[in-house]
Amino acid sequence: WEYYSINPFHRTVYIGHKEPPPGAEAYIPQRYPDNRIVSSKYTFWNFIPKNLFEQFRRIANFYFLVIFLVQLIIDTPTSPVTSGLPLFFVITVTAIKQGYEDWLRHKADCSINECPVDVVQQGKVVRTQSHKLRVGDIVMVREDETFPCDLILLSSSRHDGTCYVTTTSLDGESSHKTYYAVPDTMAFRTEQEVGSLHATIEYFVGRINIYKDKEEPVARPLGAENLLLRGATLKNTQRIYAVAVYTGMETKMALNYQSKSQKRSAVEKSMNAFLIVINTVLKYAWQWSPDRDEPWYNHRTENERQRHVVIRAFTDFLAFMVLFNYIIPVSMYVTVEMQKFLGSYFITWDEEMFDEELGEGAQVNTSDLNEELGQVEYVFTDKTGTLTENNMEFIECCVDGNVYIPHEHEDLFFRALCLCHTVQVKEEETVDGIKRGIHQGRPTSFYISSSPDEVALVEGMKRLGYTYLRLKDNYMEILNKDDEIERFKLLHVLNFDSVRRRMSVIVKSSSGEYLLFCKGADSSIFPRVVSGKVEQVKARVEQNAVEGLRTLCVAYRRLSESEYEEACHHLTEAKLALQDREQRLAQAYDIIERDFVLLGATAVEDRLQEKAADTIESLHKAGMKVWVLTGDKMETAAATCYASKLFRRSTQILELTKKRTEEQSLHDVLFELNRTVLRQRSISGYDLTHVYCLDFGLIIDGATLSAVLKPNQEGAGHGNYREIFLEICRNCSAVLCCRMAPLQKAQIVKLIKASKEHPITLAIGDGANDVSMILEAHVGIMGKEGRQAARNSDYAIPKFKHLKKMLLVHGHYYYIRIAELVQYFFYKNVCFIFPQFLYQFFCGFSQQPLYDTAYLTLYNISFTSLPILLYSLVEQHVTVETLKREPSLYRDIAKNSLLRWPVFLYWTCLGVFDAVIFFFGAYFLFDNTTFTSNGQMFGNWTFGTLVFTVLVFTVTLKLALDTHHWTWINHFVIWGSLLFYVIFSLLWGGIIWPFLNYQRMYYVFMQMLSSGPAWLSIILLITVSLLPDVIKKVLCRAICPTATERAQVGLGTNSTVKLNL
Amino acid sequence: MMASSYNAKDEDGHITVSGPGGGTLRSKKPENTAFKQQRLPAWQPILTAGTVLPAFFIIGLIFIPIGIGLYVTSNNIKEFEVTLYDMSGPHQNPFRNCNNVFMYYGLSNFYQNHRRYVKSRDDSQLNGDLESLMKPSKECEPYAYHENKPIAPCGAIANSMFNDTLELFYNDPNGTKIQIPMTATGIAWWTDKHVKFRNPTDNANLTAVFQGTTKPVNWRRPVYELDTDPQNNGFINEDFIVWMRTAALPTFRKLYRIIPKKNSMVPTLLRGNYTLEVVYNYPVRSFEGRKRMILSTISWMGGKNPFLGIAYITVGSVCFFLGVVLLIIHHKYGNRNNSADIAN
Repeated sequence: WEYYSINPFHRTVYIGHKEPPPGAEAYIPQRYPDNRIVSSKYTFWNFIPKNLFEQFRRIANFYFLVIFLVQLIIDTPTSPVTSGLPLFFVITVTAIKQGYEDWLRHKADCSINECPVDVVQQGKVVRTQSHKLRVGDIVMVREDETFPCDLILLSSSRHDGTCYVTTTSLDGESSHKTYYAVPDTMAFRTEQEVGSLHATIEYFVGRINIYKDKEEPVARPLGAENLLLRGATLKNTQRIYAVAVYTGMETKMALNYQSKSQKRSAVEKSMNAFLIVINTVLKYAWQWSPDRDEPWYNHRTENERQRHVVIRAFTDFLAFMVLFNYIIPVSMYVTVEMQKFLGSYFITWDEEMFDEELGEGAQVNTSDLNEELGQVEYVFTDKTGTLTENNMEFIECCVDGNVYIPHEHEDLFFRALCLCHTVQVKEEETVDGIKRGIHQGRPTSFYISSSPDEVALVEGMKRLGYTYLRLKDNYMEILNKDDEIERFKLLHVLNFDSVRRRMSVIVKSSSGEYLLFCKGADSSIFPRVVSGKVEQVKARVEQNAVEGLRTLCVAYRRLSESEYEEACHHLTEAKLALQDREQRLAQAYDIIERDFVLLGATAVEDRLQEKAADTIESLHKAGMKVWVLTGDKMETAAATCYASKLFRRSTQILELTKKRTEEQSLHDVLFELNRTVLRQRSISGYDLTHVYCLDFGLIIDGATLSAVLKPNQEGAGHGNYREIFLEICRNCSAVLCCRMAPLQKAQIVKLIKASKEHPITLAIGDGANDVSMILEAHVGIMGKEGRQAARNSDYAIPKFKHLKKMLLVHGHYYYIRIAELVQYFFYKNVCFIFPQFLYQFFCGFSQQPLYDTAYLTLYNISFTSLPILLYSLVEQHVTVETLKREPSLYRDIAKNSLLRWPVFLYWTCLGVFDAVIFFFGAYFLFDNTTFTSNGQMFGNWTFGTLVFTVLVFTVTLKLALDTHHWTWINHFVIWGSLLFYVIFSLLWGGIIWPFLNYQRMYYVFMQMLSSGPAWLSIILLITVSLLPDVIKKVLCRAICPTATERAQVGLGTNSTVKLNL
Repeated sequence: MMASSYNAKDEDGHITVSGPGGGTLRSKKPENTAFKQQRLPAWQPILTAGTVLPAFFIIGLIFIPIGIGLYVTSNNIKEFEVTLYDMSGPHQNPFRNCNNVFMYYGLSNFYQNHRRYVKSRDDSQLNGDLESLMKPSKECEPYAYHENKPIAPCGAIANSMFNDTLELFYNDPNGTKIQIPMTATGIAWWTDKHVKFRNPTDNANLTAVFQGTTKPVNWRRPVYELDTDPQNNGFINEDFIVWMRTAALPTFRKLYRIIPKKNSMVPTLLRGNYTLEVVYNYPVRSFEGRKRMILSTISWMGGKNPFLGIAYITVGSVCFFLGVVLLIIHHKYGNRNNSADIAN
C-alpha cells in the first residue's frame, strides 16, 4: 500500500464508469492516464537533444565540452580537433548504446501495449488492447493470463471468491498467493452480473462503496489481499472479474552517475591547475621585458596588441588549460566504465557460480561496485535460507512437555497445527513452487506456502496421522487418525508479521465451539500463556534450540460466543479504519491474542547449506568480520553459528543479551565486555604471532541492541553506548545478532557503515526481510530464495558458498585491476604532459605543444588505451586456485591498500621521473649538435616525436612489466599497439595530407629513424625510464615480500603447511 | 526411521518434477570457454632478483662497449666554433681529415619554437599552391600582407630568415687569401626540397610567377632572387628551407654550407690560418642573442656529442653494479627463503 500512499490525491474510481446515485456523492469525472506503458526514455524526436543533455550533465563530459569551446573561441596551442574528436567519440558511443537500449525498450513497450485484454462493457465481453484500458474498466482475466494493470478482485470462478496468483515475473517468488474477492461481489458469475455492478472505490483510503437499489450504500474495506498487481499471473483459477484501479505507469528512472574515481580526478584537476597557474605566472615573469615578449622577428598582430592585459592573461590561462587538460583524459572515464561493464560479465559467465539445481548463475545488477567486492570488511548474513537451506524438516513435537506421549491435549495440539497456517493445497503436478508429493493412492497434492516452516509442520502432522485436506468454502478439512473428515469453519486469519512473530486463526468447530489457535516464536507466546505446562515445554524448547532446531510454540484459547463477537468487532473495525490501519490491526491482534493455554512446541530442522562452514572460515581468514543477523532464538542461532564455524571452540563468547542486562545494567555489561576485549588486545599486542590469539564472538539480541542504540538519556556522564558497542564489535571476528526485526538489521549495517573507519560492508540475504539491510550495505548480495527484491541487490548468487569465489577471486581481481587502471592512467598522463610542461621553459612559455596534434589526440585514444583496458579485464596476478586456496591473500588488498597515498605518490614520482628522463634525454641529445650522418639538422617536431616515441614505448612496456598474466590477447594488444604507433607515424608523415593546412610532420618520423643516434637514444631512454620500477619491484619482492608475492612464486603454500604442522 | 524413508520419497518426487525444468534452464548455464572462465593459457612471468639478474648483466655488458664506442667516435669529431660579434683575425685550423666539413651558423636566445612563430607560415603557399600565394593563410598575420600585396613567402619565420653571408678564406703562408669553395645544396632534407617545398609553377621564369606578391618586409631581395641557380631559387632555395625547419630549442645551429672533400688523400682543409668574412646583416643584440659559426666534421653518429656516449657508459655501469647488488640480495634472501622451506 505504500505504493499508493505516495499519491497524495484522493482517488475515486467509478466502476464501469457509472455515476454514483444522486445524493451519495458528487460525480467528479476523473482523468487517469491510459494503460500505456512507457519505459523508454526517448522518442525519435527528442533523442538527440535529450540524450546530449543527459550526457553533458556529467561533470566530466561538461568539462571537456568547455575545453572544446575554449579551443574554438580563442587562439589556443592545439586545434579543437584534439579535444573535440575524443569527446565526440565518447558521446557518440554512449549515445548509440543508450539509443539501442531505448529501442529495445520501445519494442518491449509496444508488445506489452498491444497485448489483447477482455473488458466487460454493458454486460458483454469486448476484446481490446491493453493500452486502451481505463481506470474503472471491469476486466476479465483467464487462467495463466497476466494482469494488464493493477486490479481489485471482484469475483472469481472459484466458489470461495479466491484466486491464486504467482508473482514470478515481479519478484521471482514462484509460490502461489491467495487473493480474495470483495465479499459482496464475489457471488457474481457472469458478465451481466458484473456489468450491473454499481460502486465506487475510494482509493486512497481503500474502501469500496457498493450502491444497491434503494439501500444504504455498503462500505467494504479493501486490503492488499484484494489487489492484484500488474505483471502477476493468474493460476489455478478459470477466470476472474476485476476492476482496473491503477493504470499507466510510474517510472523511477534514477540515473546513477556515480564515479568511483572521483578522488583521483580531484588530484588530477588540482595538478592540472597547478601546472596552469605556474606556467601563467612564469610566462609573465619572463615576459617582463618587452624584447622577450615581442622580439623583432616575432610580432603580434595589431589586434592582439590592443587587447587589454587582463584579457590577455585570461586567454593565456585558458591556453595553458587547453595544453595541460590531457592530464585528465576523457578516455579514462570511458575506459573505467567499459572495464566495469565488460568486467562484470566474468561474474555472470562464471561456471563455478552456476547452480545446477536452481539452474541459475550469478547476476550482476550494478557493475559500479565490482572493485568494492575486493574491499569488504564486514559481511552481514541472514541465517535462514542464506546460511541454511531453508528446507525445513519436521523433527519432533512436544506436547505438554512430553515428547510424543498421548495426552488429552494431544488431539487439540495436532489440530491446532493442522489449522493454524496459511498453507494451500495444490492438486496438480505440473506446477512450480515448493512441491511435496503425497503418495497415498490419491491424486498427488502438494502443500504450498510462503513459509517453509508451515509446510514442514503440516507435513509432519500428516505423518502423525492428521492430514490437512483443503480449504473449501471457508471450511478447513482435516482427515484425522480414524480417517474421519473434520470440518472447521475458518473465521479469521490473524496473519503473521515479523513484529508480533506469531500468527493465529479463529475457527469454529463442527460442535460450534470457537477456537483461537496461535503459533509463534516462544518469546512471543510464553508471555501470553496463562496455563499449561509451561516449564516443561520451555525446557524442551531450549534444548531443541541448542541443537540448532527452529522451534515454534503452539497455544490455543477457547472463545465464548461473546468473546468471539468482540474479537470480530475489533478486527472489522480495524480493517475498516481509514487511518493507521496497520497500527489498529496490531492493536486488535494484541487484544485478541492473550490468555492462551499452552499446547506444546514443535521443532523443525533447517540444514546448513553445503560448504557454508568452509565459506565462513575462508571469509574469516580473509580478514572479514562476519555477522549473522537472524530473527531466530539465540540458542538456535548460536548452534547454527557453531555448526557453520562462525564460532569455533576457541572463540570466547561475549554475551550482550536481555538475560544479562536484566541482571546487570546495560552500562556495566558494556564496560565489562569492553575491558575484556581491550585486555586481550593488549596481551596479544606483545605476542606478535596472532595465530594463537583468542578471538572473540559477540552475541547480541534485538532488545539489547535497541537499548544500545537508543539515545542516551542519562546524560553525557555515561558516555555513548554506541561508541563502546562499536569498539567491542571491532574486536570481535564474529558477531551473532539474534531476534532481529528486519529494520534492526538495516540499523546495524548502517551503524557499522557510519563508524569512523567507514568500512565497506556487504549484506547477503534471501528474504524480503533482508531487503532493507541489503539496500543499506555497500554491496548487497541476494541468495537463492529472495528474488522478491533481487533487483534491490547489486549482485545475486545462487548459494551462500558462491560468496567465497565472488569475494576472494572476483572481488580481488576487480580491485587490483581497477587500482592499476586508475593509477596507470594517471601515470601515463603525467608522463605525457610533464615533458610538455618542461618544454614551456624552453619556448618562452608560449604554450607551444611539444607533440603534434595527431599524437596529442591519439595518445589516449589509441596508442595506449587498449593494453590497459585489456589488462584491467584479464589480469590475474595470482591464479584463481591460489586465491581460493589462500583466503589470507585478501588481507593484502584490504583497506584500499593499492589506492592509498603512498602508492599514489610512488606512481606520481615515477611519472615525473620518466617525464624528466624523456625530456632532458632528448634535450641533451638535441643540444646544439647534429644528429644525422649527412650533417642536416632536425627541428622542433622531430624533438617532440623523439620524446613521444620514447613515451609510448616506455608507458606500454611499463604495463608489460606489470602484467603477470600473458595470454595471447595480451601479446597481441601490447605489441600490436606499439606496431600500430609505428605504422601510424610512418603513414602520418609519409604523405602530404591534402586536407591539412600544415605539413609539419612530413617525413619527420622517417628522418628520425634514419639517424643512428636517435635509435640509440630511444633505447637508452626507455631503459633508464623503466629501470627504477624494475629495481623497486625486485627489491620489494626480495626484501619484504607480501603474501601475494610469496604466493606468486609458490612460497605461500609452504607457509600454510608450516602452520598446519 | 520413518522420517528417513519419507525423505527418500521426497527427493524422488523432487527430481522427477524438476527434470524437464532443469533441462530448459540448463541453457542458461554459462559457456565453458577458456576466455569466459578466465582460464586462457598464459605465461606468468615474475620479476624476481633471479630472473632480472642476467638482464642487468647483459644490459651492462652491451651498453658499456656501445658507450665507449660512441664516446671515442664523438671525440674523434673535430669541431670548431667562433662567436661572430668579435669578427676578426685568423684562426688555426684544427681539421686534418679528408672528409666533408660542414659549416653551421648558430643562434642563441632566438625563440624559433615560440608558438606564435612556429605557426606563422603557410605550408600550402610553400607547396606551390597558387591560391595561397595570393591569399596567404591567416596564420601568417601580421606578416601576411604588406601594402595590400600578399607577402611571398608569408609569415614570421620567412620574414626573419638568416641573411648574413659567411665566407671562409685560407691564409696562404705567402700572403694571399684563397676562398674555400663551399656548396649550398644538400643542406636541406631531400623530401623538403623535392616534395614539401614547391615553386608555384614549373615555369622557369620565377619573376613572372611571383608577380603581384611582395617580398617579406625584412628581406633585401625578393624570393625569386635568392639564387641564380633555378634549381635553388624561390621556395626551393635550400637556405630558405633550412631556416623554415624551426629549431627545437632557443639555442640552435643550422647547416649553412658544406665544404666538399677533395679526395681521400688531401685534407679538406689544409693546415694553416683561415679568415672568416661575414657580411653582418642579422641583428641579434636586441634580444640578447649571439651568433656563431661552427665548422664540424660528421661521423656516422652525427656531430660531436659526448653526452650519448657518457650516458651509455653510465647506464651500463649502473646496470652492472645493480646486477652485483641484486646478486648479493638474491644470494642472501633467496637462501633465507630456501632454508625456511627446508626447515619444514
